[in-house]
Amino acid sequence: MRRWRVASRAGLPRGEGPWPWLAAGSLALSLLMLAALLLLLAGRGLGHFWPAPVELVTLDDGRQLAGQRVREERRQTLQGSPLRERLYRTGNRDLEGDAWRWVPVASIATHEHPADWAVIERQRWGELIVRPLALEENGRRLTEAPLWESFTARLARVQALRVERDALRRQVIAPLARHLAAGHEDAEAQARLAEARARVGELQAAMARDALVVESAAGERLSVPLEEMVAAWRPNAMSPLQKLAAWGANLWHFLSEGPRAANTAGGVWPAIFGTVLMVLLMSVLVTPFGVLAAVYLHEVAPQGRLTGWVRIAVRNLAGVPSIVYGVFGLGVFVYGIGGRLDEWFFADSLPSPTFGTGGLLWASLTLALLTLPVVIVATEEGLARIPAQQREAALALGATRAEMLRRVVLPMALPAMLTGVILAIARAAGEVAPLMLVGVAKLAPQVPLDGDFPYLHLERKFMHLGYHVFDVGFHSGDVEAALPLVYATALLLVGVILVLNLTAILLRHHLRMRHARLRSR
Amino acid sequence: MSETLLSRASGARPAVIEIPAAASCLAIDDLSLRYAGQSALEGLSLRIPRHAVTAFIGPSGCGKSTLLRALNRLHDLNDEVTQSGRVLLEGEDIHGPGVAVAQLRRRVGMVFQTPNPFPMSIYENVAFGLRLQAPLKKRRRDEIIEWALVSAALWDEVKDRLHDSAWTLSGGQQQRLVIARTLAVQPEVLLLDEPASALDPISSLKIEELIRNLKSRLSVILVTHNMQQAARVSDYTAFLEGGELVEYAATDDLFTNPRLARTEDYITGRMS
Ligand SMILES: Nc1ncnc2c1ncn2[C@@H]1O[C@H](COP(=O)(O)OP(=O)(O)O)[C@@H](O)[C@H]1O
Ligand SMILES: [Mg+2]
Repeated sequence: MRRWRVASRAGLPRGEGPWPWLAAGSLALSLLMLAALLLLLAGRGLGHFWPAPVELVTLDDGRQLAGQRVREERRQTLQGSPLRERLYRTGNRDLEGDAWRWVPVASIATHEHPADWAVIERQRWGELIVRPLALEENGRRLTEAPLWESFTARLARVQALRVERDALRRQVIAPLARHLAAGHEDAEAQARLAEARARVGELQAAMARDALVVESAAGERLSVPLEEMVAAWRPNAMSPLQKLAAWGANLWHFLSEGPRAANTAGGVWPAIFGTVLMVLLMSVLVTPFGVLAAVYLHEVAPQGRLTGWVRIAVRNLAGVPSIVYGVFGLGVFVYGIGGRLDEWFFADSLPSPTFGTGGLLWASLTLALLTLPVVIVATEEGLARIPAQQREAALALGATRAEMLRRVVLPMALPAMLTGVILAIARAAGEVAPLMLVGVAKLAPQVPLDGDFPYLHLERKFMHLGYHVFDVGFHSGDVEAALPLVYATALLLVGVILVLNLTAILLRHHLRMRHARLRSR
Repeated sequence: MSETLLSRASGARPAVIEIPAAASCLAIDDLSLRYAGQSALEGLSLRIPRHAVTAFIGPSGCGKSTLLRALNRLHDLNDEVTQSGRVLLEGEDIHGPGVAVAQLRRRVGMVFQTPNPFPMSIYENVAFGLRLQAPLKKRRRDEIIEWALVSAALWDEVKDRLHDSAWTLSGGQQQRLVIARTLAVQPEVLLLDEPASALDPISSLKIEELIRNLKSRLSVILVTHNMQQAARVSDYTAFLEGGELVEYAATDDLFTNPRLARTEDYITGRMS
């Protein structure tokens, strides 16, 4: 024993053949693979938010194009000669039909980085990569200088107006409209609604005032209303610090906003929210069931052959493929229970289903079922570790079996139960397959938790990061635009699972500290 | 222990001091016990005096712990145990139909060999038994807890840290805490199963002194394999061997003037 300790301190033990090296090697390999995975996701995903420089490229034949370099590939021409092509993100989808251009490297005559070219992100049609020429106010050309500064000031004004308009819609108009739709004859509410609508009209008119005249590399000019813009920046004129700030802002938009353009632009907030809410709901559902089942199995049921069989069955349940649980959830929860609920309580909205279709509740329940064995096994192991002395001490003080369980055994098994929940979260947060059957949606910008009674909408479909990765990666029309988002979303999914797990682990650590400050007396 | 000694011993009748029924708290009447058919106690009959310390001594494996656990029905948990004979607490059969086992265990408290405080604060450990009963005013509960800790000679050491984890105490302090915890529910009989064997000599002496002071309030049964300890603290001593009661007498008589050769052999150290 002692010798081994000394050896391990000095490094790998000598004279034991290749085994220590093999073991250490496999550990290093796993760590390396993990690091490579995270690096890939981080590099491809996070790089997307960095404001890349705009290149103005002049081709051999004199044509010009402006865009951001994406990558290069080696190909073969039809004649078999090698060809290097470079992909540019050129934007301007509405002008040129595509936002991407492959350019043979050999055909590039010159390229430069002019400071005045801008990238403008719009609500629709994606980005513009153009040179701003002038501002227009109500269709009248302005000669304000400097152009870019006055443009950004006006864009900020439009964005402030938009915030005000959206707040008015959300906080005043929507509740009043609901109030009136519910059949209330309320003249005052009607007046307030009309007033608010008039104000929205004014705001929209004010937003539509300004436009920016721009020119594309192909020489096409157009006037873009500021109202349609989300953001605008001039990457070539930015200092590294400004780029960093822009990177942070872009990342924040990605995290905090809903998706746009069929999920190929905008953010993933509803998916983050859906994932976290679904996992929390799953934990809330699985914990009491799992703990009670384990307590029954270990503390109450007579220990015989039957309990042995039940135990084996529970353990094997953990190995059933998750899609099978999805099918079960669809058949039992969605069609069975959900269909019945609709018949009983939501008959007036039939045939359109309320609970009889996939939703947050059914998805959480399905995953709770999926993770039940994990919680049962972990809790049972925790119960088995509690010394018989502690149980007898409680009984000897006049506790009944129930009191002993509640006051001594269960509190001591709490860390083990949390271990179960941690494992359950780790398993559930990454599951996608069963969710596709029981409630995940491609697009559900309304998160299932809001200010409308009953606040938590268990019947709503929800977005999920895992499914989002799948959807953006395989079902979007613009693969090049989707790819970085796939990496970023995957990284985010890893991050969300990490945060959820860390929370549970910290909670467990806190409990352990509180109880077992001196276990090793 | 050799076969011949055992068989010779089994034939002999035990020498048992007769405690008057009126002066005894517990009466054990022809108690036999088996673990899955394996005999552990065989036909034990003796009375335990009230307000005195009674020691059970004997070689390890002779059934001392088994006997103690039969007195507060801790064997109920073990399906393999079969039992015959009777145990009377103040004249009442502890296996009687009207007896609530939790109530019985409150009247017959027990302290085990290794200190086993709960993973709670010192205060909550002592309050544990009280909280199982009808709720008390906090003032009253605090009084009982202080009284129990004073009785267990622990108060001065812990009065400033009542809300620390009980696992921060030393082994000897933990054992006294466990005694305080048992005293707090005010038992009539206190069963101590080798309470000092896991402790250092000084802690051990403290526990012995504590036991001597406790007998004014309740009846104590002390299991020990340490004969000096039995001689120092007990008023009566029972010597068990191979699941049988061999000799039961006033402690002074048993140690100075044993009636049976088997007892003499054991206490003079020939067998231990
Ligand atoms: N739970 C049990 N199951 C089976 N046999 C037991 C159990 N507890 C004790 N025994 C046996 O009963 C006999 C008496 O044990 P015990 O009462 O612990 O002895 P002591 O406390 O005097 O050392 C021993 O032979 C022991 O092996
Ligand atoms: Mg023992």
